[in-house]
Amino acid sequence: MSDASITDIAQAEQGTSLWHDAWLRLRRNRLALFGLGILVLFITIALLTPWIAPYGYAEQNLDLGASGPSAAHWLGTDIFGRDLLTQIMYGGRISLAVGFIATAVALLIGVTWGAVAGYVGGRVDAVMMRLVDILYALPFMIFIVLLMVVFGRNLLLLFLAIGAVEWLTMARIMRSQVQTLRQQEFVEAAVSLGLSPSTIIRRHVIPNALGPIIVYTTLTIPSVMLLEAFLSFLGLGIQPPQTSWGLLISYGAETMEEYPWLLLFPGLALTLTLFSLNFLGDGLRDALDVRGSRD
Amino acid sequence: MALLEVNNLGVSFVTRNGTNRAVDDVSFTVESGQITAIIGESGSGKSVACYSLLGLIPQPPGRIDSGQALFGGRDLLQLPEAELRKVRGRDIAMVFQDPMTCLNPYMTVGKQLVEPLRYHQKTPAAQARRRALELLQEVGIRDPESTIDNYPHQFSGGMRQRVMIAMALINEPQLLIADEPTTALDVTIQAQILQLIAELQRKRDIGVIFISHDLAVVADIADQIVVMQEGKIVESGDRTGIFRHARHPYTQKLLAAIPADSKAGATLSPEPLIQVRHLATWFGQGRKQEPVKAVNDVSFDIRRGEVLGVVGESGSGKSTIGRSLLRLVPVTAGQVLFDDTDVTQLKGRALKDMRRRMQIIFQDPFASLNPRMTVYDTLAEPLLLHGIENRSSVARGVLKLMDDVGLARNFVRKYPHEFSGGQRQRIAIGRALATHPEFVVADEPVSALDVTIQAQILDLMLALGREYGLTMMFISHDLAVVRHIADRILVLYRGEIVEQGTGHELFENPQQTYTRELLQSIPGRSLLQ
Repeated sequence: MSDASITDIAQAEQGTSLWHDAWLRLRRNRLALFGLGILVLFITIALLTPWIAPYGYAEQNLDLGASGPSAAHWLGTDIFGRDLLTQIMYGGRISLAVGFIATAVALLIGVTWGAVAGYVGGRVDAVMMRLVDILYALPFMIFIVLLMVVFGRNLLLLFLAIGAVEWLTMARIMRSQVQTLRQQEFVEAAVSLGLSPSTIIRRHVIPNALGPIIVYTTLTIPSVMLLEAFLSFLGLGIQPPQTSWGLLISYGAETMEEYPWLLLFPGLALTLTLFSLNFLGDGLRDALDVRGSRD
Repeated sequence: MALLEVNNLGVSFVTRNGTNRAVDDVSFTVESGQITAIIGESGSGKSVACYSLLGLIPQPPGRIDSGQALFGGRDLLQLPEAELRKVRGRDIAMVFQDPMTCLNPYMTVGKQLVEPLRYHQKTPAAQARRRALELLQEVGIRDPESTIDNYPHQFSGGMRQRVMIAMALINEPQLLIADEPTTALDVTIQAQILQLIAELQRKRDIGVIFISHDLAVVADIADQIVVMQEGKIVESGDRTGIFRHARHPYTQKLLAAIPADSKAGATLSPEPLIQVRHLATWFGQGRKQEPVKAVNDVSFDIRRGEVLGVVGESGSGKSTIGRSLLRLVPVTAGQVLFDDTDVTQLKGRALKDMRRRMQIIFQDPFASLNPRMTVYDTLAEPLLLHGIENRSSVARGVLKLMDDVGLARNFVRKYPHEFSGGQRQRIAIGRALATHPEFVVADEPVSALDVTIQAQILDLMLALGREYGLTMMFISHDLAVVRHIADRILVLYRGEIVEQGTGHELFENPQQTYTRELLQSIPGRSLLQ
């Protein structure tokens, strides 16, 4: 008997979830798909870099010095004769990692913080959000610079520092989403079924609040990557021999007049990534907007 | 000659899923000095047909395929936009459903009232204002001199609708199109607005098109009735013809869906399941402001197995009572004894167990289901939570519930947005019944549904109530529906019970003025007698 009903369900017509529906709409947006494609490509390259990079990470050729693009070095070499393509590939690993990991940190803290504050409400909400306000009021550059100066420069701290700044907006967005959702009848129905608050937040509230969060995430990643580039440019971020796009651009800028390709190619890589993320974010915003979904 | 003559009107909407013929070969006439009611459910094309006459449907996606609309010797459908704009608001005026969203909240009512006059007839300001005052008086706004410079939010819903009517009439139109003008209003206010429209129409001898989903609403005022279904006119005729000798099965179905009969008094056990004692639920207990006393010192019993109807207008606290019993809002004072356990004192595990025994069905089936969960997930959640089924048997439990509420098993993996309103309400009922509760609060469970669907859902609830041995609290603003389903009825007014009794007692012999007023406001009561 029970087996029979399970086959019934397996055979039942599969419905279209809102996520699936959004994907169908996203698929019609060429620019967003282009962005998604570029991102997937860059991430794949970043993951495979140690195996596919044409030269070693620290391999120098001082005799060669800075040379323009050639058959041996597609994107040229820097003043120490290091292959620029290799540098960009390794730099991309750091830049993308900072972008994604710091955003993930922000996402985790921000979504949880905002969801709890919005759902519980009252005094808890007031205290939690005042804390956010106070952190907002700190000049974040000084905050990060201080962290870097006190604890020394290291990659993990950079993730945490950037994440710690970016989660604030995330928490605010989440909270306002949750506040509207909390009054929805399906949440009330979940309460009346006897579900615990944590289950309700996890299963009924967060999935319905994710749309704007996802969009905001795709816009946070580029700003985090820019922040890293900026910090590295100032000499506060990544330290050589490690490198990142921001650092490469910084060196490139110094020698812009003699060796323009040292600025051009890392700049191009960063710009392309940022554009892709913005296109994808725009596309997702349109695709997830439920108002446009039912015609 | 007829005031308005619509011939063979056809309107389509082109969407990404193909062309949808919203209005198909529709012809009707409106005479001066008559009210023509166009009746149909949502999606029947009744509003589209009227809006397209005034060029008020967006094109594209809308497209007028065929037909003509003769008004004063001219075909409205052929008029250029500039000409049509002169007709709109001057010769033909409209009143919409929601008076809140149709008035600009940042402009005083007086300014908005004189706008059409200033625009169409270039009337001097002082004269326009005098005219506005006269009209406000005429539509029953008390003391217009002092209220004309108020903003819309300072008026109640009914008063705003009166302002809208005044605005529509200010240019002395020959035709008034009223699109569900009373749907957003309380019953007592609805009755007043209906009366006002009929009076003004007689006095000015103009034509009125009254669009409604509810046959009962127009029963007292319409001269001609046009019934639409799926874009087509299925039947039209004068009022008595439609009400006494409806030929088309759809019209007959609409008529049958008007709940007319009182429920036969079942023999009930006198033993109460729930005893409510001095219940009070207040909101907004800020230190400075006076709390809103939504429910104030209310005591009553609900007997085992009965359906207790709760009626009242918006703001009467009827929904708050239901939510208070279920601990969905914090209770301020009083006791709710469920089988001699005080629900208001329960915590943790005991509260969770109590929640299993009482459930709720909401008004809006679009908001009461989690849009990200399939029917399976929605129904399985309570079954697993309360250990009614285990992982291996839950599928069977879900399918049993779907059978019970009349949903095809094939839909089990679909999402809420893929269902119609009636089907969603069935899912919501299934979720409420999943825990095998003893007590269910149904908060306006059919108000958001089309009339014919309402009847189906009500029948389903009655049948399931018997099958599951439920005790039910049925909250509604609609007395006719409550009388149909409830064994006993509580009448609420401003957070307090004004009267209670069986449907029969209340309807035949109401003791309180407020109850009498409510009863007189039931639309189409001429049909009930």
